[in-house]
Amino acid sequence: MFVRLSAAIAALSLLGSAALAQGAKPTDPQIAHIAYTAGVIDIAAAKQAVTKASNKDVKAFAQDMVRDHEAVNKQALDLVKKLKVTPEDNDTSKTLSKQAADKLAELAKLKGAEYDKAYVANEVAYHKAVNGALETQLIPSASNAELKSLLQTGLKIFQGHQQHAEHVAAGLK
Amino acid sequence: MLPGRYLPIFIALLLGTIAVPARAATIRITMQDLVFAPAEVSTRVGDTIEWINKDVFAHTATARNGDFDVTMPPKKTVPSVLKKAGTVEYYCRYHPNMKAVLKIEP
Repeated sequence: MFVRLSAAIAALSLLGSAALAQGAKPTDPQIAHIAYTAGVIDIAAAKQAVTKASNKDVKAFAQDMVRDHEAVNKQALDLVKKLKVTPEDNDTSKTLSKQAADKLAELAKLKGAEYDKAYVANEVAYHKAVNGALETQLIPSASNAELKSLLQTGLKIFQGHQQHAEHVAAGLK
Repeated sequence: MLPGRYLPIFIALLLGTIAVPARAATIRITMQDLVFAPAEVSTRVGDTIEWINKDVFAHTATARNGDFDVTMPPKKTVPSVLKKAGTVEYYCRYHPNMKAVLKIEP
């Protein structure tokens, strides 16, 4: 079957070029907003999967996503509060949210094994895109050391999620 | 013959070697930044492991052979007593990249 890549993933891969086009790297308040938004998107997808998934490994994976991404986002909120930084909405965050909402609606129409496969395939691709953006764009651009460190922890855990998703995907074939 | 003044030392050494293996130890294993440390620990049946989770994520220490499965909430320490001998590979069910080994002597 041909799996369509989420539009949100396309938005993440545009991240680099969009920022370059403005001739400036994203600022810390923008990075915080993008990272937080990316987490919110995965939590929403996971919550849908917790109720919709039929395979027990898929359901367990979705529960892991809710638990970990909520933990990272709580850390992020605590950090921006401590640093007195207000996360700044930006075009990347907006595009991400809009396209993730479309993807969620698309997945909502699927059922059973078809849904499970589509959700997990999207999780693999989404984490891959997020990790790429973290590695090449967000982490190098972050100027505050604590923000950079939180993003690095995020990258480490999301790389684990990607492998976990790939493992679950392999089990569905 | 053993001179009298060395006798207490000799007895202490003798008792020492008997007493040490019988006493259960407490061993600390830390989870930080998605890593179990130390990655390999030698223990004995009856020893207590203090699983110290320094991460903001929940972790588990799950034996591949099913001998134990301990869940550690974020920033919490959970003790567990080792009941069976063996070289046990364990991992975190939530983060399967986290792997380590416990060598449990009888």
